[in-house]
Formats: sequence, C-alpha cells, structure tokens
Amino acid sequence: MTYEVYVHVPFCLRRCGYCDFNTYTAPDMGPGASRGDYASTAIAELRLLRRWQLGHGIDEPAVSSVFFGGGTPTVLPPRDLIAIVETIGELWGIEDGAEITTEANPDTVDADSIGALADGGFTRISFGMQSAVPHVLRTLDRTHTPRNVAEGVRAARGAGLETSVDLIYGAPGESLDDWRASVRTALALGVDHLSAYALTVEARTKMGRRIAAGELAAPDDDDEAAKYEIVDDMCAAAGLRWYEISNWARPGHESRHNLGYWRNVDWAGVGPGAHSHYTLPAGDGPARSLRAWDLLHPRAWAQRVRLGDVPWADSERIGADEDVEERVMLGMRLREGLDLAEIERVSGHDASAVADELVHEGLVERARGGRLVATRRGRLLNDAVIERLFDALL
Amino acid sequence: MSQHHNQPGFTDQSAIRNFCIIAHIDHGKSTVADRILQLSGIVPEREMRDRFLDRMDIEQERGITIKSQAVRVPWTYDGQEYTLGMIDTPGHVDFTYEVSRALAACEGAVLLVDATQGIEAQTLSNLYMAIDHDLTIIPVLNKIDLPSAEPDKHAEEIAGLIGCDPSDVLRVSGKTGEGVRELLDRIVVDVPAPSGDPDGDARALIFDSVYDSYRGIVTYIRMVDGELRSREKLHMMGVGTTYDPIEIGVISPDMMPTRALGAGEVGYVITGAKDVSQSKVGDTITSAAHPASEALPGYRDPQPMVYAGLFPIDNAQFPELREALDKLKLNDAALVYEPETSVALGFGFRCGFLGLLHMEIVSERLSREFGLDLISTAPNVPYEVTSEDGTVHRVTNPSEFPEGKIKRIVEPVVAADIITPKEFIGAVMELCQDHRGVMGTMEYISADRVEMHYRIPLAEIVFDFFDQLKSRTKGYASLDYHEDGEQAADLVKVDILIQGEKVDAFSAIVHRDKAYSYGVMMTKKLRELIPRQQFEIPIQAAIGSRIIARETIRALRKDVLAKCYGGDITRKRKLLEKQKAGKKRMKMLGHVEVPQEAFVAALATGETGNDRDTKDKIRAAQKTEG
Ligand SMILES: Nc1nc2c(ncn2[C@@H]2O[C@H](COP(=O)(O)OP(=O)(O)OP(=O)(O)O)[C@@H](O)[C@H]2O)c(=O)[nH]1
Ligand code: SF4
Ligand SMILES: [Mg+2]
Repeated sequence: MTYEVYVHVPFCLRRCGYCDFNTYTAPDMGPGASRGDYASTAIAELRLLRRWQLGHGIDEPAVSSVFFGGGTPTVLPPRDLIAIVETIGELWGIEDGAEITTEANPDTVDADSIGALADGGFTRISFGMQSAVPHVLRTLDRTHTPRNVAEGVRAARGAGLETSVDLIYGAPGESLDDWRASVRTALALGVDHLSAYALTVEARTKMGRRIAAGELAAPDDDDEAAKYEIVDDMCAAAGLRWYEISNWARPGHESRHNLGYWRNVDWAGVGPGAHSHYTLPAGDGPARSLRAWDLLHPRAWAQRVRLGDVPWADSERIGADEDVEERVMLGMRLREGLDLAEIERVSGHDASAVADELVHEGLVERARGGRLVATRRGRLLNDAVIERLFDALL
Repeated sequence: MSQHHNQPGFTDQSAIRNFCIIAHIDHGKSTVADRILQLSGIVPEREMRDRFLDRMDIEQERGITIKSQAVRVPWTYDGQEYTLGMIDTPGHVDFTYEVSRALAACEGAVLLVDATQGIEAQTLSNLYMAIDHDLTIIPVLNKIDLPSAEPDKHAEEIAGLIGCDPSDVLRVSGKTGEGVRELLDRIVVDVPAPSGDPDGDARALIFDSVYDSYRGIVTYIRMVDGELRSREKLHMMGVGTTYDPIEIGVISPDMMPTRALGAGEVGYVITGAKDVSQSKVGDTITSAAHPASEALPGYRDPQPMVYAGLFPIDNAQFPELREALDKLKLNDAALVYEPETSVALGFGFRCGFLGLLHMEIVSERLSREFGLDLISTAPNVPYEVTSEDGTVHRVTNPSEFPEGKIKRIVEPVVAADIITPKEFIGAVMELCQDHRGVMGTMEYISADRVEMHYRIPLAEIVFDFFDQLKSRTKGYASLDYHEDGEQAADLVKVDILIQGEKVDAFSAIVHRDKAYSYGVMMTKKLRELIPRQQFEIPIQAAIGSRIIARETIRALRKDVLAKCYGGDITRKRKLLEKQKAGKKRMKMLGHVEVPQEAFVAALATGETGNDRDTKDKIRAAQKTEG
C-alpha cells in the first residue's frame, strides 16, 4: 500500500480574481491559524492523525510523497515547511527517494529560499505560472510577471529540484496565439512537467461576478477544446507526454503524488479543508474506504486541533457503488487507463458492449492488459465516457 | 352553546344560508373568507394562516385559489343562531367550472370587487353565471383599507351593473376585518333559506370529490331534499351503485363526522369505494331504502379549450399515469383524457384542459401528488378538418391532421370580453386585430373604462394573448372568454425534424400567415433548449415535404472537469451522479437527448423574434413557397 501526505497552506498575499480556493489574505487569523503559528498547528494535527489511524487499525507505511499546496505554501518561511516534513518523517518515516513538492507562486520565492527548501529535503517545485502573456495575467489578476517565473525555474533547477509549471487557458480575451505563446514560453524554460487547466469560473468569485455582469466574456467550450489540442500537441513535440487529462511530463517525471490520487492510494490531508482518504481494513463494515475533510476555516480548524480532536468537518464512507464510480472516473483520466477486467470483477457487471461502442466512436482505445484508455477526443469528452461506463457498471 | 339546535342533521332549513364568494382573480375572496372563519370562531387564532381555505401547497405557493372549498360556519344574528354554508371559489378563468358547480350548491353569492380596481372581466362573467343560477347577489367592495381604494366610484359602477342603489354596496377589508360582521348579517337577512323538501326522499347533489389514499373517495354534497343518515345504505342514481357509507359529516373547518345531514346542508360522504369510476360530480345521492324517483339536474360537462399530450418519461409508468389521472379527475372534474400513442414519446394520454393554467396545474399536481415524471407536449385547440374526399377528421392532436389535400378546416372561436381604461382602446384594438379578432360592440361601464367585445379564434387567445394584453395596457385590462361557435380558417401543419426524423410530438397546426415565423422560432428555440451532444444535430421545420427553416446544434467538443485532485474527488463524483439523474429526466429521440422543457417550447415562441437573424430566416422561409 502506498501512503502520502498532503499539506494545505491556506494563505495568499492577494486573492486572484478567478480563485475560489480555501485561502485567506489576512496575515493574522487568530491564535494557531495565523501564518506565524500555522506550522505548529499543522504539526499538532499530524500527531492527532497518527493517533486516529492507529486507533482504527490503520497502520500506514513510510510516506512515498509529501505535497504542499494552497493557497501559497511559499508565503511561509522554508523552515516551517521543513519542520512539517521532519514531523512526518518522525511519525511515519519517509521512503528513500520520496517526492517532496511544494507549490510556489513565482513572486514568493528566490534563489535563497529555494536553496533552503532543497537542503531541507524538498525534491520538486510546481510554479503557478498561468500565462506568459501580460494582458492574460492581468485578466487573471495575477501579481507576478513572466520574468519571475523564469528566475524561479532557473533557481530550482540550479538547486537540483524537479520543476513543473501550471498554466490556465480560456481566460476572457486570450487568443489562440496568446495561448501558444504561453505554452511555448513554459516549455522553453526546460521544465520536466506541465499542468494545463481550462479556466473554471465559479459564480462567487470576482471574475464570476464580472462575467455575470457582462463585463467579461464567459469562457467558450469550443475555444477551450482547441487550446487543449494545442497544448497537447506542443507538449508532445517537446517530449512531454500526457499522463493525466491535464498533466504532461517527461517520462519518469510524472508527479507521483498526484498519480496517487488517481490510483486511489491512502493519504492524510493536513490543514484547513484538506481531504484524507483511507482504505478501510476488511471486516470494518460494508464500506470500502473513507474520505474525510478538515474544517474549512483556519480558525475553526486551529481551535479543534487545540482541543486535541482530529479537525474533520465531515466524512463519508465509500460503499461498493461509489467505489466503482471513483475507480472509473479516476482511471479514465489516466494514460495508464482503466483495467476493464478488474472493474467488471469489482462491480459484477459486464461492460464490454459499452467499451466496444466507445472504441467504435473513437473515444477510447484498448491498451495492453485489456485496459481502456481515453483517446484525445475521449479526454475532451471524458464526462460522457465516464457516464456511459457508469450506466454499464452500476 | 349550540347543544340542541344547529347540530348537523338537526338544523332547520330556515336557519341555513348557503352562499359562495365570487370575484375576479385576486380581488380577495380567500382573504375575506379568512376573516369570516375567524369572526365565527371556528378557526382558533393560533391555527389561522393566510388564505386558510387554499389548502393545497400549490395554491399557497402561487397565491391563487384553484379549488372551491366549502365550510360550515355558525353565525348569530339578532339573537338567533344560523348555519352558513360558505364556498370560496377560484377567480381565474380556467377554473370557471369550479365556480359554476359551487353556484349550484348555493342560494346566494357574495360578489366581491376590489375597491382599487373596480369591475373586471371575471367579475362580470361570474356575476352573469350567478344570475343564471337565480342566486341572490350581495355586492361588496373589498380592500377599502388601501389608500388607492375608490369605493364611491366603484360603488356607482356596481350599482349600474346590478341595478341596486350605490348605498347597498357593502364595504369591507379582508385585511383589517372591517365590515365583515355587517356582511355576515347581510347574508343572513338577504340570502334565502334553502327550500328543499325536508320530509321528501333524500336527494343530494355531488358538487365535488377527492381521492384520499387512506379512506378512498370523499364526495362533497349539498343536501337538497330529505335526510341522509350515517347508518343507512346510499344509492348513487347516475352510476347506479349502492354503499354502506363509512362516514357522513360536515367541514368546519376540518372534516367532522355527524350522524346525519338534513335538507339544505352542505357536507361530505365517504362511501368507502376505491374504484374511481364509482363517483361522478353532478350525480345525485339518495337513500337506498327510500330512493327518490328523479335525480337532480346535475352539471353540463365543460368543453376543453386546449389539448395536449401527457407522457411519462419512463414508458413503464404508463399504468401509474392512468391511475393518477383517474384519481385526479375526481378532484378536477374539468379534466378529460384518452390514451394516445406517439412515435416519439410512446404511450400517454391526450388531455383536454380549460386553459394553459389548468394544464400547468394538472401536470404539476400529477408530479407532486403522484410522483410522476412527465413530458407535456405543446398544447393546441381542436380542429375539424375535411379531406378532399369529404371525410371529416376531428383533430385534437396535430398528428391526426390528414395527409394530402385538404378541403376545409374549421377552428373554434370565442367571444372575448375585455375591460380596459379608455386610453388603451387603441392598443387593445391593435392587439385583437393581430390575432384575427373581429370587433363587436363596446360599452362604457364608467366614465373612464370600457368593455370591448370581440370574436377571436380560440387558438389566438389561449397562448400568450393575455400576457400581451397585460403588457400593452400596463396591467390594467382584464379578459374573459367563452365558446362562441367556429369558423373556416387557412391553417397548415408544421412539422419539426430532428436529425432528419419527424418528431410527431413537435408538430403544430398554425395559421398560414404565421407558419414561417413559427417554424423559424421553433427551430431556434429547440437549438437553445437541446444540449449539445457528441454529434451534430440538424433541426428543421417543414410544411409537407418543404423545409422552411433549419438550425444546427454543433457537436459538443469538451465535457470534462479540468482538475480532479484529492479534494475534488467527492465533489466530482456527486456531480456525475447528479448529471446521471438529470439524464434520466431527458427523453431519447433516436440518439438525441431532449429535455422535458423542449416539448412545450412552442408555447414560448411568441415572445422573441425581433432580432435580425430571426427576421432574415423568416423571410427566407417565405421564399420557399412557390
Ligand atoms: N390591503 C388589502 N389587501 C387585500 C385585501 N384582501 C385581499 N388582499 C390581498 O389581495 C391579494 C389577493 O387575495 P386573495 O384572497 O388571494 O384573492 P382571491 O380573490 O382569493 O384570489 P383567487 O382565489 O386566486 O382568485 C392577497 O395578496 C391579499 O393579501 C384587503 O382587504 N386589503
Ligand atoms: S495564488 Fe492560487 S490560491 Fe492564491 S489566490 Fe491566487 S489562485 Fe488562489
Ligand atoms: Mg382565492
């Protein structure tokens, strides 16, 4: 069994206009929840989680990966992030060659801080680049400049870290050429890994309100489809191949941490709003696994930790049907695909007719070992593929 | 207090007053009824809520009365105790049949008029009906608490209409209760006591019914002659069946069992029957031991104004739909239906309604009260079509429209009465002309308001006419209409094709002048309503084999969530589950998933149509001719 730890750092210097993540810009969020004492609360939570696991017959192995996400983890000083990694090592151990990643906003790191992270055991940095085009960055309300990114990536490579950048496509006003320019710039940085996400507009964000008011154009599905094809082609040409719908990497440089999510491994989530996932020991009722998530607000989260309780807001037990749904929807996102025979066995239903149809319609291909893998069209129409498989398997 | 007299079944007719409250929609009938329930003390203060007699959720939510409701209310006047049988009625024109059945159970009618609005179209139609039933009319102005009320002016109007003195028009407020006590006294004084034969053979008129899932059929009756006792066998003279009743009682304000019901009283009978064909409004109940020789006159069945198909999305629910309609019919006597089959939608029913609101209410009640997921097709009026060979077809469904050459088409016509302030006369005339209306007479009902009479094809009036009338008269005009014969018309059938396949449920019969714009609007509307799918979907409109309009729904290219990391998994799974449930509510036409709303899209085609694209396409469609 593989085991990972995710750490959510809920702070940003400023909120981007499209962002509805669980993040806060106030430096002082009250005792235990402020930037200054976040690390100590997170460390306390790690200890509570270990105690909970053992109390429930879950004895996790050494972690294979740690991922700091946010928010902007790099608003915290490197020593705080490193202290958290050290505690994880103390509680569970860290596998040799484990992947230890932090997300970073280009304007919150410099060569020194990157060097400190590398010395503290980090192996990988994922930069929130989003775009290389100034007017697109402005629409997205980002604070950094294209130059910051290049400096960050260079420093990271210099420190021996693996590098990745995130891009967003489909922002109002972004042309196909703008998008090509962003992808070209990102690849020219020599990164090992690239994530590209279609802009998702949430109604309650500043951008959502501006679109509703007609000030900005809403993203267009056809435009986004074209941009997906562009990034897919350009990455392939640069030697980065897709391994998940929104992720491309030089072979061997895939994010092991994120692959864990799609392969349904166990992980502990730490920090406000972080999710955890545990396979339940056999004999513990009908549920196959447990998903739980922390209280969203840092203050409520910190208070609960202070009381000595695991700070979960709620949890759900994944029964047999939900388990099949999750395996299908996660598996179909991956290049390694869905093991058809396995899922048919788990669900007790035959899906070969639907699989044949999907192949015939050019949405999936059959790969080695009887696995179903989405074609590019099938990646773009992934929800439709998943729903058809649901119909057959549930 | 009333230990000895006025007990149900033991009330002397001379102490009974049966009346209904009638008015134009929203003039405050149910609100005045609230004050009456409160004043009489039968609804305790803490149980009181607004529009108490609007008992259905759907009535409360929409703020309108759909069903008439009878209640027994005690009232003391001049030291003597009286029993009032009150019926609150709906005001909307689609529910006129509810009013007419209530009128037949009463001797008097309270004609309520909103003192800020004055007489409106349904004030007149309801008044005329009440006069035809020979009822005593008590004219009342309501809402006198409002600053904009003009009671003197409207009292004049009413006096002119019914030939009384303006000072005879009572003034009340359903909001404050002012004047309601005087109204009740006036009812006792003016409304005649029932005059049936208390010693004769029992005869009771069924004026309404409802299906109760625990107790079976509940019938609401007005005793005309004699007496019915709870332990005596009953006989339904029309359907010819005999029962041991489970319960007899009165409603005050809820069902209260009693030992008997006597002449003149209003109450209910639970027969214990579960077979819905065993009960019919208008039937006469008598005693099985001493049956009456002659039934009461009963009711004339109302003619449906519009027809539409109702189909279960899941065809396996057809038997449930039949059962639901049978049960609903008990509580909605104006509903008619017969089975029909659609190529696109499978087995369902062609239903007749008194109007679009009635249609909407029926399908909403079917889904709320019976848990059915239904598709309703675009409504249409009935036509009589004669083919060239002389065969006559009655067409209540466009798919029955005969192929080939047509000799003659006859459409139903209504007499429409419109009341409007005089400054909108021009606007109303223009609107009626646009709708092929022919003007009759026009009368002033006061210095500044007129009543205009038109003959208009029914098909022109049932859809969006009323909305347009309201918007062109700033909401001031009101409309009433009733059947008035038929006329020949130049109509054509427009078909809609999806992916080249004709979808019978989308066909419509429209006037030739409007066929092109109908085709263009309908294809545009469907393009908006049908979600993009994995393949391109052509949508065409055709008259016969001639295509007059075409739209294309482009293939869907992207349908995927960009991010799916640890915290997104639960949300994403729930989203997919929801989408899956949503798909169940779509209808598959060939490979195309079509949402429920699409089938009534034709209803809304009147709204838009002033944009450039629409105009160009209509022009192009017209050119396809000849
Ligand atoms: N101010 C004021 N408002 C009133 C009065 N009577 C009724 N209303 C309001 O008028 C509206 C319509 O009242 P209803 O009692 O539902 O009218 P109705 O005649 O029963 O309506 P339908 O049954 O749908 O025809 C509601 O908003 C009432 O609150 C009144 O005397 N004064
Ligand atoms: S940096 Fe990321 S988490 Fe922070 S506000 Fe911007 S988008 Fe949101
Ligand atoms: Mg009412």
